[in-house]
Amino acid sequence: MIGYVHSIDTFGTLDGPGIRTVVFMQGCRLRCKYCHNPDTWEIEAPTAQQCTIDDLMKIIVRGVPYFQASGGGVTFSGGEPLLQHEFVQEVFSRCQQKGIHTAVDTSLYVPEDVLQEIIPFINLVLADIKQFNPGKSVELTGLSNEMNLTNLRLLDENKVPIWIRYVVVPGWTDDVEDAERMAEFIRELEQVKRVELIPYHSLGIHKWGILGLDYELKDTLPPSRELMNNLVSIVRRVSGKPACAYD
Amino acid sequence: MKAWRDFQPGLWMKEINVRDFIQKNYIPYEGDHQFLAEPTERTRGLWAKCQELLAQERENDGVLKVDPDTPINITSHPPGYIDRELEQVVGLQTDEPLKRAINVYGGLRHAVKACEAYGYEMEPGLQGFFKKHRRTHNDAVFAVYTPEMRLARRVGIITGLPDSYGRGRIIGDYRRVPLYGVDYIIRIKEEDRTLLNREMSDASIRLREEMFDQIKALHELKEMAKSYGFDISRPAVNAREAVQWLYFAYLGAVKEQNGAAMSIGRISTFLDIYVERDLREGTLTEEEAQELIDHLVIKLRLVRHLRTPEYGDIFAGDPAWVTESIGGAGVDGRPLVTKNSFRILRTLENLGPAPEPNMTVLWAKNLPHKFMEYCAHISIKTSTLQYENDEVMRELYGDDYSIACCVSAMRTGLQTQLFGARCNLAKLLLYALNGGRDEITGDQVGVEMPVYDKEYLEYEEVVRRFDIQMEWLAALYVNTMNVIHHMHDKYAYEPLQMALHDTSIDRFMAFGIAGLSVVADSLSAIKYARVKPLRDERGLITDFEHEGDFPKFGNDDDRVDSIAVEVVRSYKRKLQKHPAYKNAMHTLSILTITSNIMYGRHTGTTPDGRQRGCPLAPGANPLHGREEHGAIAACNSVAKIPFRYARDGISFTFSIVPTALGRTESDQINNLIALLHGYFIQDAHHMNVNVLNLETLKEAMEHPENYPDLTIRVSGYAVHFTKLSREQQEEILTRTFFKTM
Repeated sequence: MIGYVHSIDTFGTLDGPGIRTVVFMQGCRLRCKYCHNPDTWEIEAPTAQQCTIDDLMKIIVRGVPYFQASGGGVTFSGGEPLLQHEFVQEVFSRCQQKGIHTAVDTSLYVPEDVLQEIIPFINLVLADIKQFNPGKSVELTGLSNEMNLTNLRLLDENKVPIWIRYVVVPGWTDDVEDAERMAEFIRELEQVKRVELIPYHSLGIHKWGILGLDYELKDTLPPSRELMNNLVSIVRRVSGKPACAYD
Repeated sequence: MKAWRDFQPGLWMKEINVRDFIQKNYIPYEGDHQFLAEPTERTRGLWAKCQELLAQERENDGVLKVDPDTPINITSHPPGYIDRELEQVVGLQTDEPLKRAINVYGGLRHAVKACEAYGYEMEPGLQGFFKKHRRTHNDAVFAVYTPEMRLARRVGIITGLPDSYGRGRIIGDYRRVPLYGVDYIIRIKEEDRTLLNREMSDASIRLREEMFDQIKALHELKEMAKSYGFDISRPAVNAREAVQWLYFAYLGAVKEQNGAAMSIGRISTFLDIYVERDLREGTLTEEEAQELIDHLVIKLRLVRHLRTPEYGDIFAGDPAWVTESIGGAGVDGRPLVTKNSFRILRTLENLGPAPEPNMTVLWAKNLPHKFMEYCAHISIKTSTLQYENDEVMRELYGDDYSIACCVSAMRTGLQTQLFGARCNLAKLLLYALNGGRDEITGDQVGVEMPVYDKEYLEYEEVVRRFDIQMEWLAALYVNTMNVIHHMHDKYAYEPLQMALHDTSIDRFMAFGIAGLSVVADSLSAIKYARVKPLRDERGLITDFEHEGDFPKFGNDDDRVDSIAVEVVRSYKRKLQKHPAYKNAMHTLSILTITSNIMYGRHTGTTPDGRQRGCPLAPGANPLHGREEHGAIAACNSVAKIPFRYARDGISFTFSIVPTALGRTESDQINNLIALLHGYFIQDAHHMNVNVLNLETLKEAMEHPENYPDLTIRVSGYAVHFTKLSREQQEEILTRTFFKTM
């Protein structure tokens, strides 16, 4: 089996606990206006590396001493890694045999049965909520968020630990009421261990240019610290979950 | 004896044996840093005065004052003070802080030129005397160098040789002075001298003369201390004296010698034993203990040697390499971390970051976790620490070794090193293609062979040719070193430092290589891609065309990493074929200091695609920007080079932006500890850790006045970033700073 890989970072410290080998996969159906990896949208992009399971496992096992020392493991990110779910599942299955912690950073825009099948191999889901408001979601990402929310419930029912990630984009996802609604939803999810609010940044903007795409958020500035703190306290208060804002 | 009251007895009472004293008496500390004290008023006042002087020094082209009249030795200058009211540890190299003296024995030319560079003239009578009556080390070496040696030096295939200044990398066991007092050390030396030689051979006559000088130096050391009002003929009776005695011993060494690297050894845990006794007896408080260490460190930060500006090409930023080795574990498994290990690191907070002393944490698997946390905290905050793997070094050097310079371990007081800079293997690879002709000057330097004449470079053939050139260079290198160290012993011997060693010692002759990753990548390109050599009008290969991609060192890819390992192994074996001076054992380091830039400047375009004049990577680092899979992959590549092949040290400089280390400070600390664990558990040897934003460095280049303390680790040592040349600063900016992807 071949996986289409964008890149690999053997020292990921931001996508799950500890030191992680982060595998960025090609392919995503969303077209988020603030995407900082638009070069991952196409699965078979000309820049993609084709990896076999063995290739990837060889790299992953080299991280074991660091995983053990830090409580880390492997994270699949992207792109939307679950578009290549068979590949991811096989790698996770091999990781589990070796006692390596597995995490997937996903928007959950995949059919339920796909998710259902891979759940036994996942130790942690870093689940994006792009926009809680259904209408605004279509506008921001190009797709409705229904699948996203259904799958979050499915993960919860199956007792998969979840970290929620929410990118705060001024003018797009910083509405207080939307945040409250989202927090109410999160409150009901027993498996959510933490909520990470991530401030929007424009560091991926040059990639849009390279790909000949038009970047609509040119004039959008990163959120202020006050805004971030305010949203964090709302989410924390309403959801009752640990919440934090990251730089 | 009063000085030894309440100490656990042992062999150390019957012979000079500091290790035994430490093992019998130190108290391991497993706790956290909460006990540490803030700087005292006296410390703040004293350091403020020093900062003023340091600012003046910076404004004055990096040299505050020179004494061009008095060649420095242990007793050459009257006592000097910063502020007699404030300083708790006294002694300066000259009669004023930061005033530099001339050291003539290493090389007259160097001393004269260094004076001129800063607007002074070395006292003419003195110049005349040395010219006429007393040959110096530098002149002696050049009297004997063969034309081949001179040529190799001029084209830059071997450089940085200690042939015009003190060799350094010798660590006197300065702890012996407080523990035993100078008189006892003299007595033992005299006994040794009587016992040793009955047969008057070349070697024994020389040893006898050297020991005469050692004993003389010890007497001078007592005299120097006396000029400050202290009698160090007897052992120190408390912590205050122990610190002072030890510092006097070190001070004597940096007065006697201007060696490139003048490590202080492994002193913090030793001194802790005195501090603990005083704390028990109620004669010292924690604040006072910290004050003593702070004041000692202030003194170490003021060590200066007078150098020529060109010296900065190889050893940038005016380093003294006052390396202190902290932590590690004993052969019995107990960590050697004490409260004083914390106190010496604390100086980086109490006084702010600084490159000296060169704080080196010896990383053992079972270091107390709280200590690791404190080290990681200091690294993240100051980028001033380096880490070296105690597990691999303890096996070869026991549990009382010290680090000379950056990465060179030796048993303290029992072993010493003959320092030998490094050779440029990247350039040598081009000699292999060009039949020994220099790709830049066109000179015939290496073994004469036809220029490689096939259309594409073939791996087997290139390796065969490289092997022949390596054989040649190894022989030349060893012979050159033999000349240097013979003459150094003869004309610039280090009597005090050697007096603080056992009489019978083991020696290493430390060779070095630069450009390892470029060689590995070049051979990998030849093996896995197609490389077409292009010839210039002289018929020499000076450029290449590539077809296809190839694995590059720094990505944890065995195909190329194994090439790097083989080059190291093979070169070391070639060195060993040629006997070294004084039967020294050949050792090898992969360390460049800042010479990777200078070496790069003198190296043509290489088959890996690196352009002529571009810097080589520092130490054993992958070449800048070639790491495609992040930090762990880079660490894993470097970790594959066996320490036994390069037991003089394998330097790896790791730079990361703070956010890439983790989101919160506690995540960052835990991840840094785990990174070090994962790296060292694979028997890797060394890591410099920088946690810095590139923006800060860029800002500091434009406004150096705002960043006087900004410190960065380069290759086995730390420097003030603003003391580097523009070219050196720019090279650091091109280095890989691991970020989030």
